[in-house]
Formats: sequence, C-alpha cells, structure tokens
Amino acid sequence: MVRNVTWRTWLMHAVLIFGTVILAFPIYTALVASTHTVRAVITEMPLWFGSQAWENYITVLSGGASEVGIPPVGIMMFNSVVMALGITVGKLSVSLLAAYAVVFFRFPLRRVFFWMIFITLMLPVEVRIMPTFEVVSDLGMLNSYSGLILPLIASATATFLFRQFYLTIPDELFEAARIDGAGPLRFFWDHILPLSRTNMAAMFVILFIYGWNQYLWPLLVTSDESMYTVVMGLQRSTAMPDAIPHWNLIMSTALLGLLPPVLVVVFMQRLFVKGLVETEK
Amino acid sequence: MAVMQDKRVHFRNKWLPYLFIAPQMVVILVFFFWPASQAIKQSVYLEDPFGLSSQFVWLDNFTALFTDPHYLESVKVTLVFSLATIGLSLSVSLLLAVFADQVIKGANFYKTFIIWPYAVAPPLAGVLWLFLFHPAGGVVAYLLNHAGIDWDYFANSGQAMLLVVVAAAWKQISYNFLFFLAGLQAIPTSLLESAAIDGAGPVTRFRTIIFPLLSPTTFFLLVVNVIYAFFETFGIIHAATQGGPGGATNTLIFKVFNDGFIGLDLGGSAAQSVVLMIIVMMLTILQFKFIERRVQY
Repeated sequence: MVRNVTWRTWLMHAVLIFGTVILAFPIYTALVASTHTVRAVITEMPLWFGSQAWENYITVLSGGASEVGIPPVGIMMFNSVVMALGITVGKLSVSLLAAYAVVFFRFPLRRVFFWMIFITLMLPVEVRIMPTFEVVSDLGMLNSYSGLILPLIASATATFLFRQFYLTIPDELFEAARIDGAGPLRFFWDHILPLSRTNMAAMFVILFIYGWNQYLWPLLVTSDESMYTVVMGLQRSTAMPDAIPHWNLIMSTALLGLLPPVLVVVFMQRLFVKGLVETEK
Repeated sequence: MAVMQDKRVHFRNKWLPYLFIAPQMVVILVFFFWPASQAIKQSVYLEDPFGLSSQFVWLDNFTALFTDPHYLESVKVTLVFSLATIGLSLSVSLLLAVFADQVIKGANFYKTFIIWPYAVAPPLAGVLWLFLFHPAGGVVAYLLNHAGIDWDYFANSGQAMLLVVVAAAWKQISYNFLFFLAGLQAIPTSLLESAAIDGAGPVTRFRTIIFPLLSPTTFFLLVVNVIYAFFETFGIIHAATQGGPGGATNTLIFKVFNDGFIGLDLGGSAAQSVVLMIIVMMLTILQFKFIERRVQY
C-alpha cells in the first residue's frame, strides 16, 4: 500500500491463499468423503473424489441411512426451511410493528414496554433453556412447528434495529404525509415499509442463518423424528465412540445441512455484512 | 447507542399502538419473562426431579454450586477453552485482515472465501473437524499418528480440548475478520504514508499506528468473542466430544444442559442458569458502554 515491494505483496498473497485453503479444507475432505463408500473412506483415506456421490446423497435424502442414525434428510431439510422461514418472517413482522408503535406513538406504559423489550436483548435462549422448555411443554407445543419457532422469536434484536432506523426518518416526511391526510396505517404502508426494504433484506439474511442453524432448541423440543431439523439430525450418528461412523453418509448430510446458509452468505454478501454490522449497533 | 431517544412528531391514537406492540409483548412475556422468572425462582428452591415437592432453600443452590468441585472444574475448562479459542481466532483473523487490507488486487475475492464459515452451524462445524481428527478415517489424525503423536481424543483430555478449540475458532474467524477489515479500512492512508516517509517499516507502522487505532475494534471483538465462546459453542461440544473425556470439555453452557436434562437436577441447573444470565448481562452492558463511546467519536 505505502511502498510497493513486490516480494512482500507475494508473501501476503501466499499467506492469504494458505489461510483460505486451510479454512476450506474441512469442507473439501467432507466433499471427498461424501463421494466414496464408507469402506474406502476408512481404509484408503482418499484425497480425491470417488464415484459414489449419487448413491450417498440419494440414500441420505430418502431415509436409507436410518439404521446408522441419520433420519431422512429430505424431511429434515423441509423442517429446517419451515423453522428458518418461520423465525425470520415472524421476527421481522413482530419487530416492524413493535418498533413503529414505540417510535411513532405516545401512550401510557410506552417506556415500560420499551425497557421490557430492551432487557430481552441481553439473554440468549441458551441460558434459560430449562424453564423455557417447561413453558413450551406446559403449552403442549413439543414436537410442533410453533414450539420450534415461537420461543426463538422472543428476543428484540430486530426491534432495535428498526427502531434505530425509524428514528432517522425525517420529521418532514411525517408532517407532509399528515398534511396529505395519511393516518397511521397509511403512513406505515406507504412510507415506512418501502423505506425499510434494505434493512428488512439485511435482517432477513441474518435471521435466516440464525434460524437455520438452531441446534439446542430443536434438540430439546423434538423427540419425534419427523420433526427433526437437518442441523440436529446428525447427533446420534457420531456419538458412538466404539462403532465406526458412516462418514460418507454423515458428510453428505452435513454438507446438505450447511449448504443453504452458506449460499445465502456467499451470494448476498453485501446484505449479510450490512446486517451483521447493523445488529451490533 | 443513545438508548432512550424520542421523535418530536407522533400520531395520536388510543388503541392502535397497543395493537401494534401486542404481538411482541405476548411473545416476550410468554417465552422470555415467564421462563426467566421461573429460572430465578427455581434457583432458590430444592425440587425433586418429578416436580412433586419443592422447598425454599435460600441461596443453598448457589452455595452448593460454588463449593462443588465439578462446577469449579467446569469454570476452569470454560476459561481455558475461551482463552484458547479467542486467542487463536483473533490472531489468525487479524493477520488475514491486515494482509487482505494491504493487497490491492483480490481483496474482495479473499473476503468471500474467508467469511463463509460464519454460516456453518456450530454442530456441523464440530462434525467436520471431528471427522478430520477421528482415529477411524480422519486425515489429520492419520498424519499426527505418523508424526509419532499418540492421537486419541477419546482418551486424551488435552487433545479433546484442542479439537473443540480448533472447530470453535475456525467458525469465528469470519466474523472477526470482517470487523478487523472494516476497522483497518477506516485508518487514513495519509497517516501511514507519512510514517513511511519518516522511515517507519511495516512492522513499526503496525505496532505504533495500526494496532493502537484498531484497539476499539479489538475490544469490541473481545466482548463478542467471550459471549461466543461461553454460550454459542454448545453445538460444537455436543457434536464433537459430549463434554468428555471425563469432563475435559464440559463447559458451563454444556453443564447447564447436562445437569438439567440428563441429570435432572433442576435447582442446580437453574442456579447455573442464573449465574450465566448475570455473566451475559455484565458482558452486554460492557458492550453497550463501548458502543456509546464509539458513537461519540
């Protein structure tokens, strides 16, 4: 940057390439393992692709790997999609509305509500799992989509993001809309929602990854295999210290499970970075 | 963040704001405040596993906790795990960010190839690294054994710790990299150029200019990484080592789960939850304090 010393530039490129290769190495070995038979993976330790990819992926997707502890991946992927989208859409809609109420209205208890929402920022679901589990169990929501989704909507990161954003909307816009005769609903629909588009998209990316990658919560509230999500579906297949794991099937499943959020990050990089930075404010 | 800040203009309506805020309040009351208050209540009661009887025991659960050698061991494990994970991921990501900031060609290319592990779910990260280090079929385990190291993380507690640290650091490098890179790009080039004209070499420039100017970012990342290492690595540990061998990777968050759901010790688990809540709250306050200061710059 300051003085262009060629060998130093090369050295930096070398380190960066080395770094990215090391970061990608676990994915590469997983990809390779997912294209071989389990016997080949364990005895030959292949470093290049084999010819079993189709068989392996069809087997895990259709449920043919059930006897080695992997429930049908097709169903689990579907459950993951429902859970991730449920959390994302749920959190977005709840928080868009709540932030609107807090910013554009004055009403008794507003400050109390605001602080109650603020406190939820501080405690991730992991630290209150036992009692949250009991509540969900009391409500009869074990093994259901609502049990998977609703407790994870109960935090206010998105509400705060939208509140911060609403505060930057100029008062003049509000006054002009009022002179035009727009009521609260019209103003929300015609001005607030269109202006929030980019923020909504950035939040969507972050929340989708968050929702898809949930592990502990689905582990607790689902005992019925047909409700498992793909991220938690592998837990029984690797936990046996004495049995030889079916690496080819395990890795096929792991790759299918990590593909959707990784694709989202790679192809929506700009929104992802924006979302990540905004949620930290 | 200016926490309580208001708009000058607003609508007048008696019931509409309540309607708008109702879904949020219902969800947090039922799934946040109710369970959180239950946790606090349970932490001062002694309950049998079937919930048939319970008895108010003041702070006995906490006293029992802080005198329990298993808990103190778990505190130690958590500290070692967190320090190692944070140290590894911060140093690697700082190195990569400094270099990516300086190479003009390809910076965006590298960025794309460094940020994606963020999107991998912790348990899947655990499984990927488990495979590499597994005695049956793992490439890294094979190489280590051939290098004369007796590699078996099922039996060796240090090796099990190494496995979960590597997996946890690997996942967090992306996040740290992004924030370090943003911090570096905010440092004015003119400052570095004038230092170079004064004869400061790259190492001196890093030590005297770049690193001090990055310190707000580093502090912020430190807090975020502590939260990550303490609370978000449950999946890695559950998938890779199950807290073993012999409690060697039994971190606090794993212990809450294990004692509550496997051991059915409700009071003890609730007391642990409350302790964790207090830790998160303090960390979050620290984080907000920092952000408030940054905004004033």
